[in-house]
Amino acid sequence: MQRHLISAADLTRDDAVLILDTAEEMARVADRPIKKLPTLRGRTVVNLFFEDSTRTRISFEAAEKRLSADVINFTAKGSSVSKGESLKDTAQTLEAMGVDAVVIRHGASGAPYRLATSGWIDAHVINAGDGTHQHPTQALLDAFTMRRRLVGRDAGIGRDLDGRRITIVGDVLHSRVARSNVDLLHTLGAEVTLVAPPTLVPVGVETWPCEVSYDLDAVLPKSDAVMMLRVQRERMNAAFFPTEREYSRRYGLDGDRMARMPEHAIVMHPGPMVRGMEITAEVADSDRCTVVEQVANGVSIRMAVLYLLLGGNEPAVTHTRPPVAHHPSDERSAHTPFTAEEK
Amino acid sequence: MSKTLIRGAKVLGGEPQDVLIDGGIIAEVGAGLSAEGAEVVEAAGKVLLPGLVDLHTHLREPGREDSETVLTGTRAAASGGYTAVFAMANTFPVADTAGVVEQVYRLGQEHGYCDVQPIGAVTVGLEGRKLAELGAMHESAAGVTVFSDDGKCVDDAVIMRRALEYVKAFGGVVAQHAQEPRLTEGAQMNEGVVSAELGLGGWPAVAEESIIARDVLLAEHVGSRVHICHLSTAGSVEIVRWAKSRGIDVTAEVTPHHLLLTDELVRTYNPVYKVNPPLRTERDVLALREALADGTIDIVATDHAPHPHEDKDCEWAAAAMGMVGLETALSVVQETMVDTGLLTWAGVAERMSAKPAEIGQAKGHGRPVSAGEPANLTLVDTAYRGSVDPAGFASRSRNTPYEGRELPGRVTHTWLRGKATLVDGKLT
Ligand SMILES: [Zn+2]
Repeated sequence: MQRHLISAADLTRDDAVLILDTAEEMARVADRPIKKLPTLRGRTVVNLFFEDSTRTRISFEAAEKRLSADVINFTAKGSSVSKGESLKDTAQTLEAMGVDAVVIRHGASGAPYRLATSGWIDAHVINAGDGTHQHPTQALLDAFTMRRRLVGRDAGIGRDLDGRRITIVGDVLHSRVARSNVDLLHTLGAEVTLVAPPTLVPVGVETWPCEVSYDLDAVLPKSDAVMMLRVQRERMNAAFFPTEREYSRRYGLDGDRMARMPEHAIVMHPGPMVRGMEITAEVADSDRCTVVEQVANGVSIRMAVLYLLLGGNEPAVTHTRPPVAHHPSDERSAHTPFTAEEK
Repeated sequence: MSKTLIRGAKVLGGEPQDVLIDGGIIAEVGAGLSAEGAEVVEAAGKVLLPGLVDLHTHLREPGREDSETVLTGTRAAASGGYTAVFAMANTFPVADTAGVVEQVYRLGQEHGYCDVQPIGAVTVGLEGRKLAELGAMHESAAGVTVFSDDGKCVDDAVIMRRALEYVKAFGGVVAQHAQEPRLTEGAQMNEGVVSAELGLGGWPAVAEESIIARDVLLAEHVGSRVHICHLSTAGSVEIVRWAKSRGIDVTAEVTPHHLLLTDELVRTYNPVYKVNPPLRTERDVLALREALADGTIDIVATDHAPHPHEDKDCEWAAAAMGMVGLETALSVVQETMVDTGLLTWAGVAERMSAKPAEIGQAKGHGRPVSAGEPANLTLVDTAYRGSVDPAGFASRSRNTPYEGRELPGRVTHTWLRGKATLVDGKLT
């Protein structure tokens, strides 16, 4: 991990654990009466969204504001990739405005990488989802949620997901969430199994650090967490599977299937859920389902990423560990990461 | 016209000889020829080849003169050692009538850097529905013999069959851009390990191979000949090899970039590597080299595809497909085929001049370097090593994948019918 966060694959195990640990610190801020830190005061962060995603944008915006950054929302709505110059033009406009970081969501795979490496802009670039490529903060918040649920909130500090068995179900082919999670979970020591109809598994998947199965029922009893991916109904028209009902029967998660999971196992979903198709209401509303926590955790993770990339005089997270305290009992611990900025 | 004596050049890579050009014709080839009345070009150590012929060039004029024109494109061709190029039909307007092909042909003659032989569209507007006036284009001043909807595949099997049949009347050939359209919807790069990781839409090898298989069978059925453009996969090689062994009249081309580059480069997301067909894998590259060496692939064609900077300086998905290639083709072939021992210089002359001229019926090109032949010649400094600097390109566009890359060999002189178009690496 250098100056930017483009891909979950760029994170080392230590980078990732540091981000998760820092996110625990950030989560405590949410419990305070004043949910704000001065860390990024005077810094400008732009949320550059070429693709609609209110949820992700709001999550980043909340994180930025809690860190006291000046926030600019730039929604390039209607800009399609056919107007290719818009990314470069926009980047140069932002550069002229002296922006410190760009959080970018783009429909084209590789757009954030291009933004970070093309010399158009000097700012830190954080990928908030690009095409069918990567969505690293989503993977981080998923890992954070898993660590809290499967290892423990305090017990999890400093730990990874060694040996946990994670199953990702659904449209892997078109999913940046799946790609990011496979990369990150593998780095964190988890064993990942992808489950999907063969039409929704990419050609070339055999080099990924995971297993692939077409049989959900066989995998469920061995899963500590089951992550259901969104399946867009239009895939049916493109003949990825015969009918919605057949998809649900073979790859949907309902109460019966959930009952076959180990007792401690959790159900995850990156949202927004389409109830009925990939997940039934019964499962979505059960307390094993972490969707609401995932949303809350998203803010903490994004605060951690922004802090580590931009905060203080610390270099990027790979190089030096900022002074994050690991003892929640310590009164000062919640403050230590930010003292440099508070002065 | 004045005389030129090329002294001590290794003709087709063989023993040093002198070559005397007089009045557009090779007057004499031998040892110790008299320099009297002739301008002398000292060529010791260099290789003399017949002028190169490119069966697949995009000159962009008419319509996209911001990318390239017949003038800039033919200057690029002369810089690369070419004396004839076949200009693809996907211009605006499309070269699907006698009027457009004659215009392109005439511009080439007027500028005088390189003969331009227009390729006519197979179907009206490249739309794949209705045959263009193939006969009229053939009978025009441009004398079109090669027809292609390049950029698009003639995917309708009936239209392809009819085109193959129809051009038999005047000995034409259909050059197919083999790309099954449904299998390549949204395609951005080779489908495989790298596309899976990058999340870019896949262009599977089978989309090329299935069309080639169909077309060789159609050519066999109607007794016509078919040419496969920019063949890019190991599987395609096998199909062409099988078709040839069966006696089907098929020829095939490979581009320099498919002989050298792989889809691993797409990891940079730099659209300079975005090309159609896409860069494939190492295994494909090695199969293509071998097939070019053993003659399964007949020729090297550049698919020179100029694009202005703004069409490439953007995110991958938005970028135009294509690379310029005229000025670097011979260097890439030297690196991948000659320096590796796969091909001799005589083999290069065959695959980059004689055979493409034969497929396209380019009269006076691709001839032996011997007395009485038109003096279309290229002199190459094969010992040269240097990195590619697009700033020095004659092409109007700079979208080369080789910027900063060291490549061997440099064309120093090019003669078109005895007239130098390139002298000491500089255009005349
Ligand atoms: Zn083509």
